[in-house]
Amino acid sequence: MNIDWIWGLIGGALIGTGGAVYLLGNGRIMGASGILGGLIDGSGRNSAAERLAFIAGVVLIPLVMWLTIAEVPDTHLTSNTAVIVAAGLLVGLGTRIANGCTSGHGVCGISRLSLRGLIATVIYILAGALTLALFRHVWSLI
Amino acid sequence: MRLLLSFSAGGLFGLGLFLSGMTDTQKVQGWLDIFGAWDPTLAFVMGGAILPMALAWQLTRGRAPLVGGHFPTPPRQELDRRLIIGSVLFGIGWGLVGLCPGPAIASLSYGGTGGIIFIAAMLVGMIAAPPVALRLDRAAAST
Repeated sequence: MNIDWIWGLIGGALIGTGGAVYLLGNGRIMGASGILGGLIDGSGRNSAAERLAFIAGVVLIPLVMWLTIAEVPDTHLTSNTAVIVAAGLLVGLGTRIANGCTSGHGVCGISRLSLRGLIATVIYILAGALTLALFRHVWSLI
Repeated sequence: MRLLLSFSAGGLFGLGLFLSGMTDTQKVQGWLDIFGAWDPTLAFVMGGAILPMALAWQLTRGRAPLVGGHFPTPPRQELDRRLIIGSVLFGIGWGLVGLCPGPAIASLSYGGTGGIIFIAAMLVGMIAAPPVALRLDRAAAST
């Protein structure tokens, strides 16, 4: 039996709890692209320490899990470097232009009934599904 | 206190991404693959995350953040071309490899060279974004 959805639900609940801690504790919206982007384009200079502490948590906890559970989680990342670079550029550019990604618009936006969050989420899921359909099933490139 | 809360929030976020399978690009692409072997796991991740967040938004009413200050202002509702164009670009990149910013950071330590290349390219895209966004704003203002 496929129990992936249970882990999805548990993992999702932890993601949402992280967002709740960030909101109720620090009064901030947990958006991965915003937290990282504000650090590198200088717009988040005043809250740099807070942003760095968040990112440290995001990196360190999975690292500890990976080292202790002793089962290497496979990311299944494509080995095609050109595709990885193009995708990375688009993700970085797009999330900053739209001012949010899956965590900011998807999790934190939809949960506060933000129309922008909902529309952004629908658009990036549709764009992703269309991209995958074209590149995988029509052109067989990925 | 502020830093400890940030670190805890990031840790919960990272742990959640790790356990939910969001760092597995195959799972994410499986969710987007509506014309192939569709994998609904991501809907459970989203649902599981939105519930505690919705509760948290309710708890912000009439209160202040633990460390003081103010809660974020009510969400803007207007849809502009930045939101739409940016989301399309993000969606294309997300579909291509199955990584968005959070999981990319969370898998930094075990994602191998591919993950590091992705993050490097993502950072370049983020640095390039403000001038592009400004152009979109100007274009919108002139129409």
